[in-house]
Amino acid sequence: MNTPEPIRIDRRVAIKWMLTASAGAMLIRTPSFGGVAPETAASAAGRPATGYGTDPDLVKGYKPGDLWPLTFTAAQRREAAALCDIMIPADDHSPSASAVGVTDFIDEFVSAPYPDNVRDGKKIVDGLAWLDAESTRRFGAVFADASAGQQASLCDDIAPEEPANPDLKAAADFFKRYRNLVASGFYTTPVGMKDIGYVGNVPLARFEGPPADLVERLGLTDEVKW
Amino acid sequence: MDIDLKSLSLSISKYYPMAFITPASAADKYDVIVVGSGAAGGQAAYTLAMDGARVLMIEAGRNYDPRSETPMFQTNDAAPLRAVGTPDKAFGFYDATVDGGWSVPGEPYTNASMEHGREFKWWRARMLGGRTNHWGRIALRNGPYDFKPRSRDGLGFDWPISYEDVAPYYDKVEMLIGVYGSNSGLENTPDSPDGCLLPTPKARIGELLVRQRGRRLGIPVIPIRRAVLTQPLDHRTIPAKLHPGNAKAQRVLAEDMQNRAACFWATACGRGCSIRANYQSTTVHLPPALATGNLDIVTNGMAREVTLDPAGKATGVAYIDKTTGLEHHASARAVVLAASACETVRLLLNSKSNRFPNGLANSSGLVGKYIMDTVGADWGGQIPILENLPPLNEDGAGGEHVYTPWWLYKEQIAGKLGFARGYHVEIGTGRGMPGGYAPYLPSSGGRTTYGARLKQDARRYYGSNVWLTGRGEMIPNADSFCEIDPKVVDKWGIPVLRFHWKWSEHEIRQAAHMQRTFADWIVAMGGTNRKEPDPDGRKGIEPGGSIIHEVGGTIMGAAPATSVTNSWSQAWDVKNLFVADGGVFASNADKNPTLTIMALAWRTADRILDQMRKGNF
Ligand SMILES: Cc1cc2nc3c(=O)[nH]c(=O)nc-3n(C[C@H](O)[C@H](O)[C@H](O)COP(=O)(O)OP(=O)(O)OC[C@H]3O[C@@H](n4cnc5c(N)ncnc54)[C@H](O)[C@@H]3O)c2cc1C
Ligand code: SF4
Repeated sequence: MNTPEPIRIDRRVAIKWMLTASAGAMLIRTPSFGGVAPETAASAAGRPATGYGTDPDLVKGYKPGDLWPLTFTAAQRREAAALCDIMIPADDHSPSASAVGVTDFIDEFVSAPYPDNVRDGKKIVDGLAWLDAESTRRFGAVFADASAGQQASLCDDIAPEEPANPDLKAAADFFKRYRNLVASGFYTTPVGMKDIGYVGNVPLARFEGPPADLVERLGLTDEVKW
Repeated sequence: MDIDLKSLSLSISKYYPMAFITPASAADKYDVIVVGSGAAGGQAAYTLAMDGARVLMIEAGRNYDPRSETPMFQTNDAAPLRAVGTPDKAFGFYDATVDGGWSVPGEPYTNASMEHGREFKWWRARMLGGRTNHWGRIALRNGPYDFKPRSRDGLGFDWPISYEDVAPYYDKVEMLIGVYGSNSGLENTPDSPDGCLLPTPKARIGELLVRQRGRRLGIPVIPIRRAVLTQPLDHRTIPAKLHPGNAKAQRVLAEDMQNRAACFWATACGRGCSIRANYQSTTVHLPPALATGNLDIVTNGMAREVTLDPAGKATGVAYIDKTTGLEHHASARAVVLAASACETVRLLLNSKSNRFPNGLANSSGLVGKYIMDTVGADWGGQIPILENLPPLNEDGAGGEHVYTPWWLYKEQIAGKLGFARGYHVEIGTGRGMPGGYAPYLPSSGGRTTYGARLKQDARRYYGSNVWLTGRGEMIPNADSFCEIDPKVVDKWGIPVLRFHWKWSEHEIRQAAHMQRTFADWIVAMGGTNRKEPDPDGRKGIEPGGSIIHEVGGTIMGAAPATSVTNSWSQAWDVKNLFVADGGVFASNADKNPTLTIMALAWRTADRILDQMRKGNF
């Protein structure tokens, strides 16, 4: 599938676009950030007014979507998954981020009713829109349909925290925010915890402390005596 | 060796009998009403009920059963938003706070100023057991200096009691709740007598490094004290020590102690503990108190006013049943306020009468004055020596294993530091369960790492961060107080508190000293500071109240004109009215307050029992 998502523009966005256009750069230069977000299911459906409240059941398990509706469109979800797996691909140790449900977590995050989520969620949705628009401008294909090499070249442009081209700053911030979200989503799953070497959360009869050989290797043998 | 969880939960299946009542089923009159069920209310009710007094506890929050409600092994991916904090649950989804946090629905408070450094933040919980369900379990004794600070340096107030007055109660509380720790013999860091403390857990690898590099800077690191059972309590000897000559109390306590399991070295204590291995009022104080049959508890009961008879004696408490919105009255011979320092102030100021037009027990005008919090500032760093460690289970006792008590008493009293009071350092290291913020992923060379490199970095850096948290003494000052807001009421129409706050230079310089010291410590551990701490402590100091050690407001003292309560935490103005919470603190040592709150609550309850036996009320 190669057709990019149709871009619908609200009034505020349209004004931003006009400003960019009046600078004479609209179509040739990189799209302005936050200027091309399609109307998401979230803004169309209206967000639920409240979160889980101050006294939720802590013992039962929750899945993204249980507490508030997920709002990614099919296209956003596809793009989000592609970007998840660029951030955390499968390797010898563990599967990719999307394979363990991180896309759902990102969707849960951008769809949540809390003020921080509404604010950051907009940045994520805007960022995904920017990435698609930029990918389309550069490669004639939305991000999820671009080749691995094309995706990587785009990502490498926005991986620097202070990109050479200041127009890419917002995209770079998005990239980092997204990376952190993916890492949060991944390393909190049992698969991710195992990958990183977290081996707790099991009851033990005794707490032995670090093994003697490790203590010695770090030169800390004298510290064990209190 | 793993533990069989099924047999463990069987052994703890005997819990407390129900003595939760409704306003309609309350007795006509009790010996004592206790308002609040946290550390203060729990301890007061425990001591009173174990000694035979008929007690009614009124708690504004809902009933809460840690046995069935604690998310023990739930992983963060089973929670909404990976369990990170939200406005509904500010300290994270699994934090054992019900209907609370920096704001409580329908129960606002206000600030006279929101300027930087003038704001006060107030953390509350509305649940049986209050904030003891999720507190950090750090249980330090105040030292001898801490009760007589003014005598040492001329600032703040001396308490009318000394360490020796409180020491026997520290012993008792430690034996009752179970505290791990060791005796260091360090200055103003009291040792406990034999039989009070449980064995300390072994230090984690990062804690050993912090200790080694601290020593090079002249900073001691010793085992911390936390209210966690590293082994079962000795139910054969402790009950007789705590309740001499009281066979029933000994039997009840011995039985209850056997139903508390020892820590199984997994799950964070801030979620609460379903096996009752750490201290929560709901798992330690209330079960035996209820088992005596002497304690009734009304939950969802919001105390509004302490009532008086014409002679000026407290007759009881008017409270609102939150489930119906109706007001009720309970009567007793004595009233103990344990609603937490500021709520107790609010209750007193809202209890107005002809005799006390400015609020109950407020002839001194000092109710609400001299609110103190703890000075907080911290600093962290990534430590290369701790990179790429083999997988280690470092869950440990669900919190800190080591800390640094204040170590510069001599330099300070010699005037070399520029601030008058000390701080201790809480040390955070280790390979805890990954949470939702992925702090183990530093950026590399100004680039956001991703892909295969990110996965390698995560393995390399996870567990290599060290976090140093300063907790310091604040000197009481006249600009830090609370009063009734003239306009704002809560959803039951009860006027709310308005806070005023100001740090003095002592706290601000102390905060700067913390961060400077910690930044040097990070370097001594081989880390690099990405930036240098700001020499202006105003930048690093946390807002007032945010360390959640708020005390004062009904301070104890030697005379009615200069204090609200006497040395027994008894209101000068109303002899059958007592304050059991941190309100009575005349100073706020760097030591976390809760162990002292409990020791004083026990002492106050003993006093009430003594006075009742003498027929004084
Ligand atoms: C995250 C966190 C970590 C902490 N860590 C530590 C630590 O490691 N060490 C330490 O010493 N301290 C620690 N503290 C502080 C500790 O929790 C408090 O000092 C302690 O709980 C105070 O006990 P309290 O009984 O006075 O108040 P609370 O525990 O707050 O209990 C007061 C109770 O009174 C009820 N109440 C209030 N108003 C009314 C009313 N009008 N009518 C009826 N009931 C009312 C409340 O609902 C509440 O249940 C920590 C606190 C927090 C939040
Ligand atoms: S670490 Fe130990 S004391 Fe703390 S919650 Fe877990 S089992 Fe309970």
